[in-house]
Amino acid sequence: MNRIKLDCCSTGCSKTIKTKSPQRAEESPEETVDESNSPLIRPADHTITWADRLDHFRARWGVNRMGHRIDPGVYALGEPTSDSPVFVTANYTLSFDALRSSLAGYDAYLLVLDTKGINVWCAAGKGTFGTEELVRRVQETGLHRVVRHRALILPQLGAPGVSAHEVTRRTRFKVRYGPVYARDLPSFLRLGEATPEMRRVSFPLPDRLVLIPVELTNLLLPMSAAAALMLAAGGWTASAAALAAFLSGIVLFPALLPWLPTSYFSTKGFILGGLTSLPFIYPYLQGLFFARSLAPWWLPAGLTLATLLMMTPVVSFLALNFTGSTPFTSRSAVKFEIATFVPLMAKMLAAGVVLAVSLRLAVGLGAA
Amino acid sequence: MFIIPVANTLVYDESLCSGCRMCWLVCPHGVFVEGRIALLARPEACMECGACQRNCPTGAITVDSGVGCAGAMIRAALTGRKEATCG
Repeated sequence: MNRIKLDCCSTGCSKTIKTKSPQRAEESPEETVDESNSPLIRPADHTITWADRLDHFRARWGVNRMGHRIDPGVYALGEPTSDSPVFVTANYTLSFDALRSSLAGYDAYLLVLDTKGINVWCAAGKGTFGTEELVRRVQETGLHRVVRHRALILPQLGAPGVSAHEVTRRTRFKVRYGPVYARDLPSFLRLGEATPEMRRVSFPLPDRLVLIPVELTNLLLPMSAAAALMLAAGGWTASAAALAAFLSGIVLFPALLPWLPTSYFSTKGFILGGLTSLPFIYPYLQGLFFARSLAPWWLPAGLTLATLLMMTPVVSFLALNFTGSTPFTSRSAVKFEIATFVPLMAKMLAAGVVLAVSLRLAVGLGAA
Repeated sequence: MFIIPVANTLVYDESLCSGCRMCWLVCPHGVFVEGRIALLARPEACMECGACQRNCPTGAITVDSGVGCAGAMIRAALTGRKEATCG
């Protein structure tokens, strides 16, 4: 079989893949170029194996974050003919696997772009799932000789990177945008078009929860550092408060997003932060209002304030950080939130630290 | 769902629209709807992804597109890079 030269992705990609699926990139010598260039077409199937599931699990936990790649190029899903549709996707295993498993029962060609192991939506934002890469990949794979028709079906969320009319002008292939979600492809193929519902992005609970593990992995270091620091400075309760603030921002915020009041992510975070600090300020409030303690009133009052001032900005900052994981927030809005709320968060945290340290010194000096 | 009330940069000049349907086919938030020419129905829902602008063959749409990601923007600001990107 004659093969064309592969345009391999950036360094390290083929070395890091450990799964055994036939589509996965493997350490192999570069493909050689033969005189006659009949296109290289790799096999793909519809089945998601346990090895694939393990790969997805690892990707979701951020294990070998950039290594979940497949080789770019043309794949034959099932037994396609020269009249079968061509679906374009990213070379991220989660994207590729969503596409091939959604097309169960269909024969098709899959054109995998080199997006450096990034999903369609993010790669489109970066431009790696883009006009240039698509045009180059169509030409390099000799797609004109693989199929008789001249149509490509792209995921709708690839559109920020691809100019359909420019692709058509340069390759003669017409670009059709399919639905947002691969799971709607069978309906899309049956109906011949994507319905308005299929073209809208949503962000339901499962889609939000699935993002939590990778955020936990990403933030494990600062979270542990904060917990250790607070353990040394303020003891177990303070350390637990630091952990609670991080976990609230990372786990509870995505889960509760639609139900948190106010419109800004930062203010939603302030509210969630206030709620998260309740169990920690409760003993102080009790001391302030009910207990006949010998301590002066300003000690529990000060500790309440310090706890709130330190916990809420952490949750709020993590909430603001979650904007990048949503398919909703605009750059203008995030820019506004950063300018408006991040300075406030910094001031709150600084004030909380100063207050906590002052109270500790006052207690140490015997004022209470 | 989740619309932050801040003005965005989407500008649509309907005098340039050829009625090719691409903008409302690519928009995942229903900002444009179908008509003889495209109609701007929910401009406040625009997330500035740039899909409509890039797929508009007549240049009727402009939007200052970019990623609405606080992490990337703060990183870009801290490292002095101009353009914020993910990853």
